[in-house]
Amino acid sequence: MDSDIQISITDRNDKTHMLEVPSDIGMNLMELCNSSEISKMGICGGIALCGSCQVYIESDHELTDCSNDELSMLDNLMYVKSNSRLACQIKLNNKLNGLKVRIAPDQ
Amino acid sequence: MKIFNTDIAIVGAGPCGLFSVFEAGLLGLKCHLIDSLPVAGGQLSEIYPKKPIYDIPGIPEILAGDLIKNLMLQIAPFNPSFTLGETVIGLSKKEDGKFELETNQNSVIRSKVVAIAGGLGNFEPRKPQIENLIQYENCGVDYIIKDPEKYRNKKVVISGGGDSALDWAIYLTEVANQVTLIHRRTGFRGAPESVSKVMRLVQQKKIDLITNAEVNKLIGNSHLTNIEIKIDNSETISKSLDFFIPLFGLVPKLGPIATWGLNIDKQAIEVNTLDYSTNSKGIFAIGDINTYPGKLKLILCGFHEATLMVQSAYRIIHEGKDPSFKYTTVTGIKGIN
Repeated sequence: MDSDIQISITDRNDKTHMLEVPSDIGMNLMELCNSSEISKMGICGGIALCGSCQVYIESDHELTDCSNDELSMLDNLMYVKSNSRLACQIKLNNKLNGLKVRIAPDQ
Repeated sequence: MKIFNTDIAIVGAGPCGLFSVFEAGLLGLKCHLIDSLPVAGGQLSEIYPKKPIYDIPGIPEILAGDLIKNLMLQIAPFNPSFTLGETVIGLSKKEDGKFELETNQNSVIRSKVVAIAGGLGNFEPRKPQIENLIQYENCGVDYIIKDPEKYRNKKVVISGGGDSALDWAIYLTEVANQVTLIHRRTGFRGAPESVSKVMRLVQQKKIDLITNAEVNKLIGNSHLTNIEIKIDNSETISKSLDFFIPLFGLVPKLGPIATWGLNIDKQAIEVNTLDYSTNSKGIFAIGDINTYPGKLKLILCGFHEATLMVQSAYRIIHEGKDPSFKYTTVTGIKGIN
């Protein structure tokens, strides 16, 4: 059965937002940030083309592997760390309960 | 100063801008397209030319680059004019009711109608975080290679690991006196044939490859003369050069469009879905750059928007006269006027 999951997002002003969303919400992390107005990101609409939704994963969750497109974009971005991901490529599901992310600085 | 007079000035030469030329052409209207990229096609040419698109009606699958080639063929009978590699920086309305668009390289385009088909916005180079980078822009630092001859017999350092960095490093070995390629990691994710070509040129000592490295300081007077390169996050080496070319891809930004007095919501221009007009009479916005309830950022929706837009553009240009509606099956592409 689907239930709510908790996601913690720290914005660029270092403010942490705790969100509770249905695990079957059908959104990716970028869309969640936009719809909850935490941060405006994803100029390209979420196809790993603009790199405006870079986040750092700060919890131990096992995420799906990066696609080649995502890796190529991360190669070109600034402020990239080993835990960098593009929020648009992270689809929310019940395995992500307790996920903690921090939004990377603006490019 | 180059001056162009046209019926519709189209800002952005992506698929929607290009298709507007066709629909305008059927109504006997002339178009001039301006794009900051040096080639037509917008993100389809610049970002994903080799990616297949599956939702163009009647075409089960087409590469983005091929769609642009086809659009260029489709609009060729209407002889559009282009200003490519220049960015529109100013838009003003003159006393005669015409708009005047001004580019960053002093081109001026005059028209009764402006259609903004700017896609995701201006593609601006992603700039690396180096303290005094801006100081050397156009004095040794280039983000886009417009004319490779500029680098003939020069010492060039390219930074980046994508296709663009690899392809230019390969190309410039035939032109420059010395080519150095600096990449943050050891592996490259560019096209495999480009990667192996670079590796061959490294073996032949035609490219000096420095990996796990980043440029962290620029040195010079009026022109860049040296850079400092940090390797493995510890050792720093200095290198003399004539040009530093960081190639980290392009990032879309709304750019000067944001200052033209148009209603903007979340980096997009608000339009009336009747004809995709903006709050400023005579200025329309089509494709990914506009927003309205139910908006979908799809090429096929942009084509529809372009088609309705030129109907209203016709009425403005012909002072209230309605265009007559004909099918291309009846009139061919000669147009209706």
